[in-house]
Amino acid sequence: MSKTVQRIVWVAAIVGFVVGLYGLWLRVSVGHQAANYGSYVPWGLWVAGYIYCIGLSAGAFLMSTLVYVFRIERLKSIGKLSLFTALVSLFAALFMIWLDLGHPERAYKLVLNTNFRSIMGWMIWLYAAYFILLLVELWFAMRADLVACSDDAGLRGKLCRFLSFGKTDTSEAARTADANILRVLGAIGVPLAVAFHGGVGALFGVVGARPYWNSGLTPIMFLVGALASGGALLTFVVAFWGPKVGSEEHRKVVVFLGQIVLGLLLFDLLLEWAEYSISLYSAVPAEAESLRLVLFGDYWWVFWIVHLLIGAVVPILLLVFRGRSVGAVGLAGALIAITFLSVRLNIVLPALAVEELEGLRTAFTGPGLTFAYSPSLMEWLFFIWTISLAGLGFLIGYKLLPIVRTKEVA
Amino acid sequence: MPDLLEKQNVFVQMQEDIKRALQKPVDERRWVMVIDLRKCVGCSACTISCVAENKLPPGVVYRPVLESEIGTYPNVTRRFMPRPCMQCDEPPCVPVCPVHATWKRPDGIVAIDYEQCIGCRYCITACPYSARTFDTGHTYDEGTPEQMVYELLTNFEYGQGWDRESEGSPIGNVRKCHFCLHRLEEGELPACVTTCMGVANYFGDANDPDSIVAKLISRPNVIRLKEEMGTEPKVYYLV
Repeated sequence: MSKTVQRIVWVAAIVGFVVGLYGLWLRVSVGHQAANYGSYVPWGLWVAGYIYCIGLSAGAFLMSTLVYVFRIERLKSIGKLSLFTALVSLFAALFMIWLDLGHPERAYKLVLNTNFRSIMGWMIWLYAAYFILLLVELWFAMRADLVACSDDAGLRGKLCRFLSFGKTDTSEAARTADANILRVLGAIGVPLAVAFHGGVGALFGVVGARPYWNSGLTPIMFLVGALASGGALLTFVVAFWGPKVGSEEHRKVVVFLGQIVLGLLLFDLLLEWAEYSISLYSAVPAEAESLRLVLFGDYWWVFWIVHLLIGAVVPILLLVFRGRSVGAVGLAGALIAITFLSVRLNIVLPALAVEELEGLRTAFTGPGLTFAYSPSLMEWLFFIWTISLAGLGFLIGYKLLPIVRTKEVA
Repeated sequence: MPDLLEKQNVFVQMQEDIKRALQKPVDERRWVMVIDLRKCVGCSACTISCVAENKLPPGVVYRPVLESEIGTYPNVTRRFMPRPCMQCDEPPCVPVCPVHATWKRPDGIVAIDYEQCIGCRYCITACPYSARTFDTGHTYDEGTPEQMVYELLTNFEYGQGWDRESEGSPIGNVRKCHFCLHRLEEGELPACVTTCMGVANYFGDANDPDSIVAKLISRPNVIRLKEEMGTEPKVYYLV
């Protein structure tokens, strides 16, 4: 079954990449005019896609700390896989938000002219630190295996030889040193991941003008959502990409991951209930209007069907009643991870799709001066392209790098 | 006698208020706008004069006139409320900018550096008045065979020439009302104020006790929008 799923993902990624190229072309040639976000709904699918991918990355990374920092023996074999998943998700997130800018060529100003009073100003530095940490950590996690695969024939051997950067010592002492470095790096990574993803939540949470975002719970929900969705993605990846697919050892890892994800998902739903029920009960207009859009607006099905039914009820049933089956747990992980985009869309859009002042909707017309938003063709295609690119990056990296293979080095 | 007649013209008075303010150092000026909602008939001439003055492309608007209906048929009346940028004393749009592209000038006007703005649109989300819009580069002659000359006219916001032909800034930027700063600094009233046929708009320096606006904003029937946000707007409405 693992091979079939892998093949489906390969085909989906290639098709998505090819079809999505048109979206990239539109973004480069026509630009923001081909988008449906604008002045009243200034952030759309790409911003939602960015927080979606960054959440997947943070979640997958925090799972890796279970291995390297907390040294949970049962999960030892998936450390590299979770780091690599975090890396490709981070790439997708940053690429998407980069081309969401009105002037992507000025992105360097984020570094040279950072405003540290802006949460967004902090993000660029936190991402840079996180990106470097991920690369270094992944290298130390793979180092002994890079040495081991250096003798392989062809491209893989050459790549392994190059990436080991001449550090070929794989003695017990050297590997213990690696493990200690990994522990330190992972320990730095925990507060860093909490800071950057809690930071993304705070980026929304601090906006007083949007009562739907303006809550102390927002950063917390971002973190728990990241853990649930990133953990789910990792569960899906581990279920079908290994290591040692088919073995009893592999099944135990997947089952354990499934249980963690179940707990995280339930906690996330609890926070969601807290946020929604409290706001709806008090029914202060601006926030209640946003929630009305989520629950009963034109896109009610995004919440009820995509998020609650496919993204929560079905996976919970799978995890509770079929929690011992690798296929069922993997499927549950995939469903949660994929549908989590609906959660992110329902964070970004409803806050923006309500009038800030009565009468604004009809006061003036023009492109972008509307509160009705659904992503344009360009937005969907570019989103699909970026996700597919990251997917291909994962699949190719998986083929070439020793991400699951652990050779016992003599 | 001619002097007295001149004094009676509110536009002339306001222009003199501005000229007095311009004599002072910039940080001693405090530009405010007062809009008399009882006089506004909802003609939207201010919106259009603003579009013309700043050569605003489709999708960018600095000063829409919001209409709301009060009561139910047959007892209905309408209220019109022009909404420029409030030039808040505590502008929520400023601290969120990640690259210092928007700031509060010493005279209180919230300005944008078009060459610095990266177009992330965070400030749009942070403004409680929806006063900021995003310029995606649309033109009015889209889908027509000929490019119109008016599409290529230079606009002079912030006292600089912005050439639309180059397809650079302000395309891809966030834009907003700046009280026609480029006109102000030449001693002229903002375009919306001069255009208002009912003289519902007043403009001047609130730090000058002799100015028209200083007298108007000390009245009890003055309100500001969303005071609860703590933004300290500098646009006042007479109700």
